[in-house]
Amino acid sequence: MTATSTLTRARTLAAAALASTALVAGCSAGSGTAEPTPTAGSGTGEGAGDGTGHTGSGAGDGDGSTGTDGGTTPGGSEETVRVGLVAEPASLDFTTSSGAAIPQVMMDNVYETLVTIDEGEIVPGLAESWEVSEDRTTYTFTLSDGVTFSNGSEFTAEDAKFSIERVSTDAWTNGLAAKLDVVESVEAPDDTTVVVTLSRPSNQFLFNLTTLVGAMFDSEGVHDLANDPIGTGPYVFESWDRGSMITLTRHEDYHGDAPYFQTVEMRYFRDGNALNNAMLTDAIDVVATVQAPEALMEFEGGAYQIIEGTTNGEIVLSMNQQEGNPLSDLRLRQAVRHAIDHQSLMDTCWAGKGVLIGSMVPPTDPWYEDRTGDYPFDQDRARDLIEEAGAGGTTLRLRIPTLPYAVACGTVVESMLEEVGLDVTIDELEFPSAWLETVFTNKDYDLSIVSHVEGRDMAAVFGNPDYYTTYGTEDLQALLEAADSGSEEQEITKMHEAARLISEDAAADFLFLLPNLMVAEPDITGLPENILAESFPLADLARD
Amino acid sequence: MLLRLLNRALVLVASVLVASVLVFGFMRVLPGDPARIALGINASEGAVTQLREQFGLERPVLVQYLDWMRGLLTLDPGVEFISRAAIGPQIADRLQVTLWLVAASMVLAVLVAVPVGTWMAVRHRHADGMVVSALSQVGVAVPAFLAGILLISVFAVRLGWFPSGGWVVPAADPLGFVRGLTLPAISLALVQAAVLARYVRSAVLDVLREDYLRTARAKGLRPLPALWRHGLRNASVPVVTVLGLQLATLFIGAVVIERVFVIPGLGSLLLDSVARRELLTVQAVVMVLVVVVLVINFIVDVLYLLIDPRLRAR
Repeated sequence: MTATSTLTRARTLAAAALASTALVAGCSAGSGTAEPTPTAGSGTGEGAGDGTGHTGSGAGDGDGSTGTDGGTTPGGSEETVRVGLVAEPASLDFTTSSGAAIPQVMMDNVYETLVTIDEGEIVPGLAESWEVSEDRTTYTFTLSDGVTFSNGSEFTAEDAKFSIERVSTDAWTNGLAAKLDVVESVEAPDDTTVVVTLSRPSNQFLFNLTTLVGAMFDSEGVHDLANDPIGTGPYVFESWDRGSMITLTRHEDYHGDAPYFQTVEMRYFRDGNALNNAMLTDAIDVVATVQAPEALMEFEGGAYQIIEGTTNGEIVLSMNQQEGNPLSDLRLRQAVRHAIDHQSLMDTCWAGKGVLIGSMVPPTDPWYEDRTGDYPFDQDRARDLIEEAGAGGTTLRLRIPTLPYAVACGTVVESMLEEVGLDVTIDELEFPSAWLETVFTNKDYDLSIVSHVEGRDMAAVFGNPDYYTTYGTEDLQALLEAADSGSEEQEITKMHEAARLISEDAAADFLFLLPNLMVAEPDITGLPENILAESFPLADLARD
Repeated sequence: MLLRLLNRALVLVASVLVASVLVFGFMRVLPGDPARIALGINASEGAVTQLREQFGLERPVLVQYLDWMRGLLTLDPGVEFISRAAIGPQIADRLQVTLWLVAASMVLAVLVAVPVGTWMAVRHRHADGMVVSALSQVGVAVPAFLAGILLISVFAVRLGWFPSGGWVVPAADPLGFVRGLTLPAISLALVQAAVLARYVRSAVLDVLREDYLRTARAKGLRPLPALWRHGLRNASVPVVTVLGLQLATLFIGAVVIERVFVIPGLGSLLLDSVARRELLTVQAVVMVLVVVVLVINFIVDVLYLLIDPRLRAR
């Protein structure tokens, strides 16, 4: 063997090693930005927080409200609308995978629910009306007639029974399935009647039916949900070009008003800049979620319409209060809340867009109460509390996910806490993988920042001491339970009390509520001002 | 000659094996549990464990490795954990896209670099040659992604001549395809052309100093024809080597450029899969890239032997 060939081999081997190392290293570094970057409405903590069903309400139950079965209006146009988003779904099947990007496309567009939510109110969906028994454990739904699935088969009470029962089978592995644990039995006495019996009264039940666990499937059409979803919605899944877009087309036999657009292209960009550039170069018609509010400036000046509404995304500064942790001391947690100037924080890191909230309730919920005054910005008070707790100079690890709002606000929180004498170190953890493992599963953190975007998720996020927020005291659990099982008025009173308790105990700090920021061509109508559900409703979109 | 080829082929196989162990090992030590990511933070521990078992992640590492290798050898890298989609066809689709991008950049780079490099060499004592040479130095220093962002902001956003990203299938819309490919190909080609031009320059300079070329010129040939007739084959030996290495780096560079331009190629697939901890997909994509790099290396070695008879004799 000659010197040349030995050299060649050495070089080849080295190249192999280098190439593979560089690739692996490169991709784990790069994946920070590769992330589904959920902001407004697009689900952050990957569904951080789902109702485990202990709480909440379901307004509008019990009075047998009658729904409208809107007459079909003359069909829409032949046009296509292109909607730009950042987080591409991992799969189309939300029964087996999590991630806010899946319901965002599928719910209300491809799949529908018995009841649905409209600006905070529960209104008829596939059920035109429903009645609740005296003891509030039996719900009798009357289904609309003439509803068909995209495969042509009719939607009947049997399908509804099948869909609700399926949530508690092994077929559903998504953790959100627990939302329907309260269901004891489902009956379908005739084609248009479904009777659901609960094991105990639960106000949250009806609300939960508006979410993905309430999606109605064809009992004969669930064999390949990941590739061939079949629903009753205004749109039908057409195709998925992985890495670029999902195409939906109008459901020709839709039971409601025909949508204006024949085709919808959900285009995925993974990166806020690429998304904005696509809008600026006319490659899309709508930016469904603006990734950073500063980007709105590019669109100001009249050439685009800008929508600023609200969402359910509470940005929570969670504090690990497990025993032995510095923040298990109430005084230190209170100091953290006093030390943060929320208005100036929101101005600095989110261009002042958003709503200040003092607890885990957005203003669009029935039990909202302004709690921003509980811990006013007061650095002296914060310093006193730190001194009382004997915690001056304590080092706190602020472990944040690589999501735009967390990265932007993390440094502001750091500097505000350092001003009152705490020592803060920031670790950015790749989201979801590294953050899930370190903060969520191992609870190896002192402070973290994540937006919890699910509706009415107070119980899910704070009701369980084993959850990463580590709160869930018995007092709170009792309140949440009373709220879920009580009457409608009791529910609201108890939820007020629960929110107050969470705030006063400084179970966490609430930085602000994420805004719903969208940009669109000026002639696009029907964009939702507030995104309060898990879906991005496409059927209302039209062009003037 | 045959023995040398065989020898290099063996080296190639050994390298692929080493790379596969490295790739597999790296993926196991990355934090983040694929089952937890698939099920989300509301899932119970029981469900997560069950899914890990279903994914086959609870089996001994060696079994997982051998299973994976068997899949690779039969060109069936398996199905994704979360979407249950077959990985092979996805890679085939994405590879086509990346190949277009790499090929276009390479052609652009060579088309620019060979004449510019030769020019720089022939005119190396003149001001114009020096200026071009200095400019190429700048080109070497600009990262491709930065070039990409600049090109987008000028030619897509400001002027609107080209799309800012996206991918059009060539058969569906040839013009759209070319327009979409232009900016990403230029971003990648810029650096490559600059690097390549410098190699062409020094290779040509070396040849120009050779006795036989001086003889040729003494016989009255002007520099460029002399180079064309007598020098180019000699100058091409080092250039081919560099070209091979450049081609390999182009594939890696494409990973980044695909992200900037939202091109659904191998790079995007790789980054998305890492985020989702789709271990099998990541491993398969990385292996494809590694094999591409190694095969290019192999081909360069073989070309070497073909171009330069002196190497064959040894």
